Amino acid sequence: MPEYSLTTSDKLKARHASETRFRWMGRIAIFISLGFLVFMFAVITVRGIGALSQTRILLKINFDEQLIDPQKSRDPQQLAIANYKPLLTKAMGQLFPQVTDRRDKRRLNRLLSSGASFELAEKVTKDPDLIGTTQDIWITAASDVDLFIKGKTDNNVEEKLRRLKNKEVNWIKQLEEYGKIKKKFNTAFFTKGDSREPEMSGILGAMIGSFFSLLVCFIVSFPLGVLTAIYLEEFAKKSFLTNVIEVNINNLAAVPSIVFGLLGLSIFLGVMNLPRSTPLVGGLVLALMTLPTIIIAARASLRSVPNTIREAALGLGASKVQTTFHHIVPLAMPGMLTGTLLGMAGALGETAPLLMIGMVAFIVDVPQGITDIATSLPVQIFLWADSPEKGFVERTSAAILVLLIFLVAMNLTAVILRKKLEKKW
Amino acid sequence: MKQIHDLQLRRSGRIAKLKEQIIITGLVVCSLIAILVTIGIVASLAYEAFRFFQKIPITSFLFGLEWSPQTAIRADQVASSGKFGVIPLLSGTLLISTIAMIVATPLGLLSAVYLSQYAKTRTRDWIKPMLELLAGIPTVVYGFFAALVVAPIIRNTGAGFGFDVSSESALAAGLMMGIMLIPFISSLSDDVLSSVPKTLSEASLGLGATRAETITKVIFPAAIPGIAGSLLLAVSRAIGETMIVVMAAGLSAKLSLNPFDAVTTMTVQIVTLLTGDQEFDSAKTLAAFAIALLLFILTMGLNMIALRVFNKYRTVYA
Repeated sequence: MPEYSLTTSDKLKARHASETRFRWMGRIAIFISLGFLVFMFAVITVRGIGALSQTRILLKINFDEQLIDPQKSRDPQQLAIANYKPLLTKAMGQLFPQVTDRRDKRRLNRLLSSGASFELAEKVTKDPDLIGTTQDIWITAASDVDLFIKGKTDNNVEEKLRRLKNKEVNWIKQLEEYGKIKKKFNTAFFTKGDSREPEMSGILGAMIGSFFSLLVCFIVSFPLGVLTAIYLEEFAKKSFLTNVIEVNINNLAAVPSIVFGLLGLSIFLGVMNLPRSTPLVGGLVLALMTLPTIIIAARASLRSVPNTIREAALGLGASKVQTTFHHIVPLAMPGMLTGTLLGMAGALGETAPLLMIGMVAFIVDVPQGITDIATSLPVQIFLWADSPEKGFVERTSAAILVLLIFLVAMNLTAVILRKKLEKKW
Repeated sequence: MKQIHDLQLRRSGRIAKLKEQIIITGLVVCSLIAILVTIGIVASLAYEAFRFFQKIPITSFLFGLEWSPQTAIRADQVASSGKFGVIPLLSGTLLISTIAMIVATPLGLLSAVYLSQYAKTRTRDWIKPMLELLAGIPTVVYGFFAALVVAPIIRNTGAGFGFDVSSESALAAGLMMGIMLIPFISSLSDDVLSSVPKTLSEASLGLGATRAETITKVIFPAAIPGIAGSLLLAVSRAIGETMIVVMAAGLSAKLSLNPFDAVTTMTVQIVTLLTGDQEFDSAKTLAAFAIALLLFILTMGLNMIALRVFNKYRTVYA
């Protein structure tokens, strides 16, 4: 008999080993999935954090009245379109008196952002008293300079292949010695719209566009979704029609988002002639997309309200409508809001359908209403990711970080809302 | 006096009833909108696709092996009349989806098995939301990551082994899409595995089987229909996914099954055909609707099969 027990214990060992292996396979699978999540977050954070700062150059600007406002009109419109380039050229010339060659002077000016003169225009229009004075002002540097200061350029490359030649590099080093070039907090990123120049571009326009789209989406999809859920859960009797509606909602949830974009393109733009590229149309498309999510969540929430409440209300003489709207719906509201918030979070990250209805245009102005041309945050990310300029890489990552922060905030709010308001029956 | 009171009561009762009727009708109308959306989708896609098939015969669309939608912009221009064979797009879509499923299926299923069968409640409570976070990340972020980080890594590794890898390889897009699908598969399968009756696993464990044996030989076979359903839903999602492939896969419509090649997909072509300025009636723009119709039919079909499988499964163990 000892032989027999020997073989079984051998087999048992093998079986236990395979048990351990199996368990570890599960652990490794989870580890890989979550590890990837961490890896992605880390890479995007490292790449995006740079966009929080922007290199600026300290210049002594003399707001010469002769150059900006020779008529002394102080007319804001005149001030806005005046030519501020000479002021910058002069200030740069003072910093580098040794540079005399015309071509070199032009290159010197190119250390500054090509949008720098607009910055001055903005300042002067806001405060015309500046005219005639001399001020120390931190002027936004060009994207190439910014990348150099942040150490994101490879300086071992042959001079011919570099965007910044040795001369420029020497100038920058000189500025560093004087302490006149510094990284400052990048306010433009949060207060401006899109721009062709990386150093001048911001996400405010896209954020406002997203906000308006979500607003439209909420206004349309929340009431529609909740009312549909109420009908299906509280009033509808099992019939062919309700069955069709139910199957239909489940299937709609699986339709690719890009198809909703095409629907928007041919119905909202083609048939109804709504304005193209606007948050109005974007919001409507997103609303149709989130509708199934909201309906499903709202129904689950209505179902969780115990029947005793319905019976009590009906027993006291309330009608079906009164029972539903006075008693059931208020109790189900937290769950409905949570579901809606999650649906909104999904809509915020949606890109493909918005491409279809033309929200991909290059838009500098911050939209003022739902019928202004706009983009949205994820579309802005897509546009920047496509852009060849190297300066946009860190901005894309930073925009992603902002988007993710919004998404996490919405999801967290939903979870907290559910915990706080939900009743356990 | 009593009569008047009665009359008032009856009248107010009638008004209340009318009000309720109106409210209920409103509710019905709202729920019909969901159907209206579907009808709208089908009608608009079918209408534009029909116009497309008037210009290009449906057979050359469905069975054509070449895709090059460049038509002449002006009437007098000499250019190719455009070839609208959808097969290369289908093969590209299939290639990328297959890669995605090869990545996502084992990872998603193993995660689901571990979470539903092994993990303690506390571990489960914080791992599950983390995985769901992966599902909540917008696809544009995955696309950006695929194009910027994953594709170069694959290209460099490939070059190290002497392979010629395209910078927009199907592999990069497929890998990334696979990662995106993991939480989708794991949460659906988790539900399915958890709904297998406890009696089955208890019987197996009671007979002396190990946990792993119970899972692979009892629970898993019992859950196969549900898991098949969840995988089908994942495939349907992979086929319809747009942003990852737009950003990481290429535009060249090639009939290739080589994962290192650049291929294009149906969704990529819809986006390229419809973004930018074009006249609305050209075969090029209409082609996008024909592709979308095909895409809609494919995903809808997969979804319906999946739902049917799910329902059957549910009735078995209800």
